Amino acid sequence: MISEKGLWSRLWLRLLFTGPTLFAFATVMIVPFLYGIYLTFTNWDGISTTSTMVGFENYAHVWKDAVFWKSFYLTLKYVVISVALVNVVAFLLAYFLSSGLRGQSFFRAGFFIPNLVGGIVLGFVWQFIFSNVLVSIGQKSGIALFGTSWLAEPDKAFFALIIVTVWQYAGYMMVIYVAGLMNVPKDIMEAASIDGATAFRKLRTMILPLMVPSFIVCVFLSLQRTFMVYDLNLTLTKGGPFKSTEMVSMHVYEKAFLSRDYGVGQAEALVLFLLVAGITLLQVYFSKKLEVEA
Amino acid sequence: MKRLKASMEWSKFIVLLVGLIAFVFPFILLIVNSFKENKAITASPLSLPASFNLANYESAFTKMNYVSGFTNTVIITVLSVLLISVLAAMTAHFFVRNQSKFNQYTFFLMVAAMIIPFQAIMIPLVKVYGNLHLLDNKWSLIYMYLGFGSPLAVFIYHGFVKSIPAELEEAAMIDGCTRTQTFFRIVFPVLAPTSVTIAILNVLWIWNDFLLPSLVLTSSEQRTLPLSTFYFYGTYTVDYGPLMAGLLLTILPVLIVYLFAQKFIIQGVMQGSIK
Repeated sequence: MISEKGLWSRLWLRLLFTGPTLFAFATVMIVPFLYGIYLTFTNWDGISTTSTMVGFENYAHVWKDAVFWKSFYLTLKYVVISVALVNVVAFLLAYFLSSGLRGQSFFRAGFFIPNLVGGIVLGFVWQFIFSNVLVSIGQKSGIALFGTSWLAEPDKAFFALIIVTVWQYAGYMMVIYVAGLMNVPKDIMEAASIDGATAFRKLRTMILPLMVPSFIVCVFLSLQRTFMVYDLNLTLTKGGPFKSTEMVSMHVYEKAFLSRDYGVGQAEALVLFLLVAGITLLQVYFSKKLEVEA
Repeated sequence: MKRLKASMEWSKFIVLLVGLIAFVFPFILLIVNSFKENKAITASPLSLPASFNLANYESAFTKMNYVSGFTNTVIITVLSVLLISVLAAMTAHFFVRNQSKFNQYTFFLMVAAMIIPFQAIMIPLVKVYGNLHLLDNKWSLIYMYLGFGSPLAVFIYHGFVKSIPAELEEAAMIDGCTRTQTFFRIVFPVLAPTSVTIAILNVLWIWNDFLLPSLVLTSSEQRTLPLSTFYFYGTYTVDYGPLMAGLLLTILPVLIVYLFAQKFIIQGVMQGSIK
């Protein structure tokens, strides 16, 4: 009897402590994820209650969908350039803003501001800047670079997207790098100064190697966010001009919800998941190898 | 030598100041133009407003249905963040104190699932919850935020619960507390700094989220602020004045909170990254 009571109260405790989160986690993430895998083998159109199994037909469509691969390639290009720029700018900001400069916490707070605002609003604000403010400056001053809207030309629209991304995330990553820089042991740095090491040498041979964990976190975060860019893409360029800046996440959305090609859309989403998972795991694996002990 | 150092300091300061101004310039532009008339905005977006005209704000406020958007966003954000913080802390605590194989695997599954991008889930999510008639409803959205937010929260709490000595809880149990009482009276208060971090990370995400609410909430009364901004902008594309005011109205609540809690927010993001 006692053990049974114990069993019941143990079960009740488990349900109370882990039940709600695990149930929500399972029904919101795991079930739809698995069901999504099933959906890729059907030809569901989003309306009808029945759908038939079509085997790997959807994946064959993905393979042949030139627009998907074009937007995937474009996303890769965007991810590589913006992750590199975001992290370089963020690290430089963090480096200068943790050297004991006056007002450094004020500066940090200022550079962080874009992260308070969602991609939707940021996209609209910058759309106004690119298509009105810069054009107006260009016409008044005669600077040809700003004469026409950047958002009207494919190449420039792409770089507009990158500029806004760097502006948006640099402050966030800066905060993480500042945390990393504060963990660099002071005594080692002092010893290096006494031995006559220059600032650049200290940066190259001591700070950078000790900062590898921060780099792993920041590159991981910026990879995840840039790969899945949607809000900013939607409001800054709408994928235009002529779909030239349509990133893969937007493509999947349109495939499923606008073209009502749910099977193919979901298959593309899964292909995307596999590629992103592969890339991020590889990144973490290889950068873990660079880690050193302080 | 000392003088050289001081002038280096100054030049660094000035470079950073210029950088900062360039950084916040988009917001300054927004403020300046939100007081101007359409014509003035398109003619010279950089000039200062001729008068302090609040007409744009009035029209944005009513056309966006600001009050309803704001209320929805507050309800959704506050409830989601509260649920995530309390429930994830309980789960993490249970996982740490009951190290069974099952718990370890479940924890691992939660951490591993963090790599799944939302785009890989959204289509089946809409189908499943649509079939169950659970869409267009803020309570479903809050429930979904709990599901999507709990893995990271459990992960972060897990690391901190481990650092709480088990003796502390044992002492409370000997004094007659039940497990639940021990958690709420001893463990959860000790975890308060971590809870602040988790709350900040989740508020930043949920307050500004667009894609999930746009899929879940279809009727206009249910809209959150990012959604009403989006639809407002889509409908009144040429009315620049009200648009600027509308964007500013969306940003304003966050900016005000940031002004007061800026130190905690930056610290929260720092803590979240170190885990």
